[in-house]
Amino acid sequence: MFRDLLGLVIDLDLLDRYGWRFLEGVGVTAQLVAISFTLGSILGLLLGLARLSNRRALRWLSGAYVYFFRGSPLLAQLFLLYYGLGSLRTLWTDLGLWWFFREAWYCALLAFTLNTAAYQAEIFRGGIQAVPRGQREAAAALGMHKVVTFVKVIFPQAMIVALRPLGNELILMVKASAIASLVTIYDLMGVTKLAFSRSYNFELYLWAAVLYLLIVECIRRLWAVLERRLTRHLRAGELQPVQTTWLSRMTKSVLNPNAQ
Amino acid sequence: MQDIFSLLSFSEGGWGSALAAGTLVTLTLALTTLPVGIFLGLAVALMARSRSPRVRAAATVFTTIFRGLPELLTLLIVYYGGQILIQRLMAAMGYEGQIQINAFLAGVIAFGLVLAAFSSEVWMGALNTIQRGQYEAASALGLSKWLSFRLVVFPQLMRAALPGLSNNWLTLLKDTSLISTISLVDIMRQTNLAVGATKQPMVFYLTACFIYLLLSAGSGLAFTFLERRANRGHVRG
Repeated sequence: MFRDLLGLVIDLDLLDRYGWRFLEGVGVTAQLVAISFTLGSILGLLLGLARLSNRRALRWLSGAYVYFFRGSPLLAQLFLLYYGLGSLRTLWTDLGLWWFFREAWYCALLAFTLNTAAYQAEIFRGGIQAVPRGQREAAAALGMHKVVTFVKVIFPQAMIVALRPLGNELILMVKASAIASLVTIYDLMGVTKLAFSRSYNFELYLWAAVLYLLIVECIRRLWAVLERRLTRHLRAGELQPVQTTWLSRMTKSVLNPNAQ
Repeated sequence: MQDIFSLLSFSEGGWGSALAAGTLVTLTLALTTLPVGIFLGLAVALMARSRSPRVRAAATVFTTIFRGLPELLTLLIVYYGGQILIQRLMAAMGYEGQIQINAFLAGVIAFGLVLAAFSSEVWMGALNTIQRGQYEAASALGLSKWLSFRLVVFPQLMRAALPGLSNNWLTLLKDTSLISTISLVDIMRQTNLAVGATKQPMVFYLTACFIYLLLSAGSGLAFTFLERRANRGHVRG
């Protein structure tokens, strides 16, 4: 019954042949993006702090890094890492790193991490700069250590400003990850190209389009929930609607397992 | 070191002139796409403010799709899809045979659609900065709808939109590198060819990155000039 309905919209034969591969492709894309975005935000935060450092050398270096990675295409960066660094085989063998630069997967992860770190550095920098000066001064007046001030006072407030642009950056990463298919990685885009080269059925590209749009929409929804949660103290006075969708219940229990 | 310079030189055996030709192709593609994309974006932004809910919905669907799809996928869909579409049309008219769609045209259409979706957000923000009184004053002066848009609204719109549009342009410039995958010989493709011939990927991919950096830096200067020009009649505060 369900299959019959599905058959009205898509080619069932094609679905049987490539359906699982497409789902695997989605998995690969998700992994690629999740890993590089997470590593990229750690590096990005450090770079963002370096951009605001008192040391001129640190400011200059991080500035040059950000300028380079934001000013050139990700495609060129990926090729530079995979083909360029990958060509220095003797060097990597001597350093014991050949296993890393030999694999397209690691190179793509590295390229995406370095690239998103540059964009996230600017987001974190903007967020940190948006925290009013008085917050830092008040923390200093209370005798708080610099690190504690950052972790407890500055960072949480910076995140409120940074959250939305970070969500946009995550979506941009999902889209940019399609480039990985050009270095033999079978992410969603790679699977699509492979299947198309075998079947010459254009419908496959439309499946990929729908799947990408679904991924992006899921991230947008998730981010809206995150944003509501991070800014809940700002709405303390207003009446909070009772959320009863399964998504909000699930995210609530994931984010805050103790509160029932 | 000498090697590297001779590889990048403009003389015999050097790839300098090939890379310059590629740069020209990249710039031509980006500059052709720019007006297509930003004016389509303006149209979408105006549609999003329409009184008819159907037109508004069409604008939302457009931006959701082309902001959400990977640029590479959009490009391939336009390239292969366009090919299939034209082939079917021609077959219906009785022409059988292979038709190759022009990669440049596919690029202009695909990147134009993406640019339109992103720039429409910029235009919408800019449209919000223009106060109602401006429209009312223009109509009080007896200006037609089109004239009041061209003479009153648009100059103010440009001022508010330019910073956002400059970001859109920089993204477009970098996105055009994807056109190399459908074999238009731009910077990236030329670089790939050079790497294939010389086996010097480090040198050439770094060079490609720096050419893009130079183009970005040059655009930065151009936009600073344009912004100053757009703000020339504006008194701050």
